[in-house]
Amino acid sequence: MTTNKSLSEAIAKHGTRRESLLPVLQYVISKERWLKEDLLEDVAAAFGMSPSEVYGVATFYSFLDTEPRGRYVIRVCRTISCDMAGKSAIIDALKNELKVGVGETTPDGLFTLLETNCMGWCHQGPAMLVNDDVYTELNPESVVAVVQKYRNMEKQ
Amino acid sequence: MSVSDKNKLLEKMQERVNLIFKDTDCGAILAKGLSMKPDDIINMVTDSGLRGRGGAGFPTGIKWRGAASASGNKKYVICNADEGEPGTFKDRRILDEQSDKVITGMAICAYAVGASEGYIYLRGEYNFLKDKLQSNCDRWNKIFNSKGINFSVNVRSGSGAYVCGEETALIESMEGNRGEPRNKPPFPVGAGYMNEPTVVNNVETLAYVATIIEKGADYFKSIGTKDSMGGKVFSVSGDCSVKGVYELPLGMTIEEFVNIFGDGDTKAVQVGGASGVCVPRKNFATTVIGFEGVPTGGSMMLFNSSRSMYHVLKNFLEFFEEESCGQCTPCRVGCQQLLKGIEAIRAGEKPMSYLDELRKLAATMSVASKCGLGQSVASPFNSITEHFREEICY
Repeated sequence: MTTNKSLSEAIAKHGTRRESLLPVLQYVISKERWLKEDLLEDVAAAFGMSPSEVYGVATFYSFLDTEPRGRYVIRVCRTISCDMAGKSAIIDALKNELKVGVGETTPDGLFTLLETNCMGWCHQGPAMLVNDDVYTELNPESVVAVVQKYRNMEKQ
Repeated sequence: MSVSDKNKLLEKMQERVNLIFKDTDCGAILAKGLSMKPDDIINMVTDSGLRGRGGAGFPTGIKWRGAASASGNKKYVICNADEGEPGTFKDRRILDEQSDKVITGMAICAYAVGASEGYIYLRGEYNFLKDKLQSNCDRWNKIFNSKGINFSVNVRSGSGAYVCGEETALIESMEGNRGEPRNKPPFPVGAGYMNEPTVVNNVETLAYVATIIEKGADYFKSIGTKDSMGGKVFSVSGDCSVKGVYELPLGMTIEEFVNIFGDGDTKAVQVGGASGVCVPRKNFATTVIGFEGVPTGGSMMLFNSSRSMYHVLKNFLEFFEEESCGQCTPCRVGCQQLLKGIEAIRAGEKPMSYLDELRKLAATMSVASKCGLGQSVASPFNSITEHFREEICY
């Protein structure tokens, strides 16, 4: 039995048949943003799998993070159309605003800055995801406003 | 060409084909489909000439025939909405605006092949669509139930893996595994999800099925060309005067396309996404968009003369290097070496002639890789390095 609330909810919702493994991990990600090692061990126990196999599945998928992540995971599209539309300036603005590099999390645990591959908004680049939310046609000013929006949400 | 002339031309093109985004009575299409014999539906889809709209272009009717004649305890229909090809975003709009058509197409497919369960495998990047899509599935499931149709459809999510657009990788992912493509045969129509007969069709393909049932095979065939029948939904991005999602007939030349969408300075068009081919300006007039020329899943990326094709190729290779599942050596190592190779040539660490070695490596990958990912890297690599060799080296 797991003591993790998100995992208990995920298992209650999706069960522990093998084909439910991704839905369960996805549910935990939606609540906690990353998969801790002890949680993966609990998943393995619940699914009757070895922890290494669960880890192998989780690490295959770029959205099933196994490294610590902030509450808001920012993924800036780096593929060619967004790149040509000015992705570098967006990354620079985010680095400057958040004071972290790509792959890093802010010390307050709020934001993780990542790059991602084509996310399907090529005609409205540069684009990024903040968790599941999509932001398009960004510029260095508007992207700072997006960050501020999430900061304000946290203050409320 | 002036903007108003371009718009007129585009309107004229679109008049000929306005199927996908036009609202229609899907309940009536479903009723019509269910009034036909399963075999007649498969014949109709085969006769329409519909080929897979995800990019590979496999004839849809033949795929359905395979699943219909396969024996299994249960059969499945999967809508491949793992739209990850760089430059492609048309399925997102279809699912956002016309999911009724997609679900209707799935239900008709299920009836035709004898399937009872359907799944829409939605890429993780489109999670924002998931609740809306699942609600619509729930609504249709009630309709199926009330009409006594033994079929239900639900959404499953991906989690950020391009390779899961490959149908057997998608199935592995749905089964709770790493998204590593399987050896083929067996093909999914014989042994797919849960080892049972499974049809995997692209979003757009299934939406066109609804159109074909509604309007008939002859109507669909009358659009496009002998080898490329019907309309096609294009995703247009890059250096363009207009960008976005457009349904157009297949069979137009790149020149016609660029005249409408280009910014007046187009030097190359990448047809079919990162895994497609790069067509240089000198070939625009002679290259047909369709299965007889350059096939495409609909991604059209335009580059003007300010762009470095080295930068474009490097961006594509970085993409493939990261998205290669790593299962087979030609793809895993090949993608890395192609990337390192062009960087070394650019840095002057390798002679220009090294590019020919790399082109051979790409050709080897196209025959030795296990799935379409590694097999198709040669398409961008060899077309870009053939037509823009000097840009790669200097």
